[in-house]
Amino acid sequence: MNPAKIFRRLRPLAVVALIAFVAIFPVSIAPNDAVNTIAVFTLIGAIAVVGWNIFSGYTGYISLGHSVFYGFGAYTLGLASLDWHIPGGWEPFLLLPLAGLVAGVFALPLGWIALRTRRHTFVVITIAWVFIFQLLAYNLRGITGGSNGVFMPLTPWVAPYTDLPFYYVAFAVLLVATFLSWWIRHSKFGLGLLAIRDDEDRALGLGVKTNAFKLIAYVISAVFVGMAGAIFTYYVGSVYPELGFNPAFDITTALMAFLGGLGTVVGPLLGALLVTPLQQWLDLQFGGQGVNLMIYGALFLVTILMLPRGIVPSFQERWRAWTTARKTRLSSSARAMNQDQTAVLVERKGKG
Amino acid sequence: MLGILSGGVYALMASGLTLVFGVLEIINVAQGILVILGAYLSFWLEQRFHIDLFLGLLITIPAMFVLGVFIDWAIIRRLKWDRTTLSILVTFAIAIVIEGALEFLFTTNLVSLHAWYIDKSIMVPFINFYMPLIYIYAFILSVVLLGGLYLLVYRTTFGRCLRASIQNRTAASLIGINVPQVQALTFGLGTALAAAGGMVYGATNAFNPASSYDLISRLLVIIVLGGMGSLWGALVGSLIMIIISDVVILAFDPIWASTVFFVFLVILLVFRPQGLFGRLEGRKQ
Repeated sequence: MNPAKIFRRLRPLAVVALIAFVAIFPVSIAPNDAVNTIAVFTLIGAIAVVGWNIFSGYTGYISLGHSVFYGFGAYTLGLASLDWHIPGGWEPFLLLPLAGLVAGVFALPLGWIALRTRRHTFVVITIAWVFIFQLLAYNLRGITGGSNGVFMPLTPWVAPYTDLPFYYVAFAVLLVATFLSWWIRHSKFGLGLLAIRDDEDRALGLGVKTNAFKLIAYVISAVFVGMAGAIFTYYVGSVYPELGFNPAFDITTALMAFLGGLGTVVGPLLGALLVTPLQQWLDLQFGGQGVNLMIYGALFLVTILMLPRGIVPSFQERWRAWTTARKTRLSSSARAMNQDQTAVLVERKGKG
Repeated sequence: MLGILSGGVYALMASGLTLVFGVLEIINVAQGILVILGAYLSFWLEQRFHIDLFLGLLITIPAMFVLGVFIDWAIIRRLKWDRTTLSILVTFAIAIVIEGALEFLFTTNLVSLHAWYIDKSIMVPFINFYMPLIYIYAFILSVVLLGGLYLLVYRTTFGRCLRASIQNRTAASLIGINVPQVQALTFGLGTALAAAGGMVYGATNAFNPASSYDLISRLLVIIVLGGMGSLWGALVGSLIMIIISDVVILAFDPIWASTVFFVFLVILLVFRPQGLFGRLEGRKQ
């Protein structure tokens, strides 16, 4: 059987195995606080980058302003649980859909304005969103608490189990996000988004409703980024303007997606899995004296120069090249064998 | 008034950014940290060797020019696929590395530049207003450099090559312009302008490596407002930003200055997505 076929048959099995592995990871393999903390951050980052990828990866419009929705999700959860006197525990997690909804509703006008422009200008406007809303969060003290921010209710969970609720909630949201991303990638809607990425004018000419498609994808991605922000806030315990509306978040998200493979389903997950632990480890190892930033930036630079398309697409290309090479080698050796036989026959005839 | 004088400085930094965008088709997110690097270079020369800030520019501008050419040669030129998108990430990576290095060397404490003309104010005739001398010196410097830039871009052979590369890169290389060389020189020019802008920024503000975020967001907004790739746009955009924030500060409340400017930008973009002087982004093949 050819290796591509084996690979395809094994794929569902691998997915199930991976989900099972992630599900038992914190309880059996690494019941360790430091590792679990990194694991929770990784899952939250993965939700955000999978959500981001639904818009930016599929349409090719690189948004560097999704931290706005991260911030909206974060503040929604914080303010709602503060105003409605929700105690710490499982209850705030019930507000996650609300956080996503608020982010999605705000994404409509923001997306509408930003998507009037294309490529470069779009990128810059999304950057402007971050600074506008960061300033608003500072200045609207009555609502957001200004630079002090909003504090979340304390959780009642005790020592060895503090991280687990966050881990499993984030994992559940991540599964939903990944499933949706996969489904969109294989739907007609996703095909339209990819057409926009490849050639927007041609897609428009062929009848793809490009404006509506872009806006819908923008809103969907905002919902997931908002939920990621909400979980993050509850986990960290508070949110303030620089944490909620954080330009570094945008760049990190983009880096994860680029590293793994922009516009693929698996790529963003892989990117989050590599980048978040690396960042946490560098912070722990070198502290905040700039050395961590230098190493992080340098690694980032080397990655983009070496693998401009990201890990998943690069390896898919290698794999495809390898299988075709293998196929041609097989067929050419078969042809060579035939030629040998003919040669033998000719020789025999000559002898006879 | 102070605002209009410091508007010239933003125009310097923004014109470097917009030229680089026009010629190389990349968004140089590192411009903010390069400005801060220029400020730290002046700071270091002043502290260590007691070199006057304006004399120090004779050292920092060529040094930053060389750095810019090197960055283009070592990194930007290697990007073959999807330049514009990757360039944002690559220049951001460069910015992170420089920020890390500056934090390591100078820590995150706020510093500011010192010279006798920064602390001394004079009475300006006609408007009866005390003003630090540095603002006047800085304004003269900006005018001289912007004038020089104008002459360079519109009156020399290099400028003609540069404008040709902005208009159509392929056609420019077909008629024998060495486009990669023009690109390297332009990137160097953009960085050199950042060095000059950085000295003035450092003389009029306290700064640390993290100041670059505020700076780059302002610069990007200025060039979007003016239209990306347009020198006039950079100039007018800077003036509009400064005037709006000054008016809001005087008439209303300082904390809303930036917000009002950003809202102005958004309203403008709803009606004119390409900015004031920009060309509409058409189909690119």
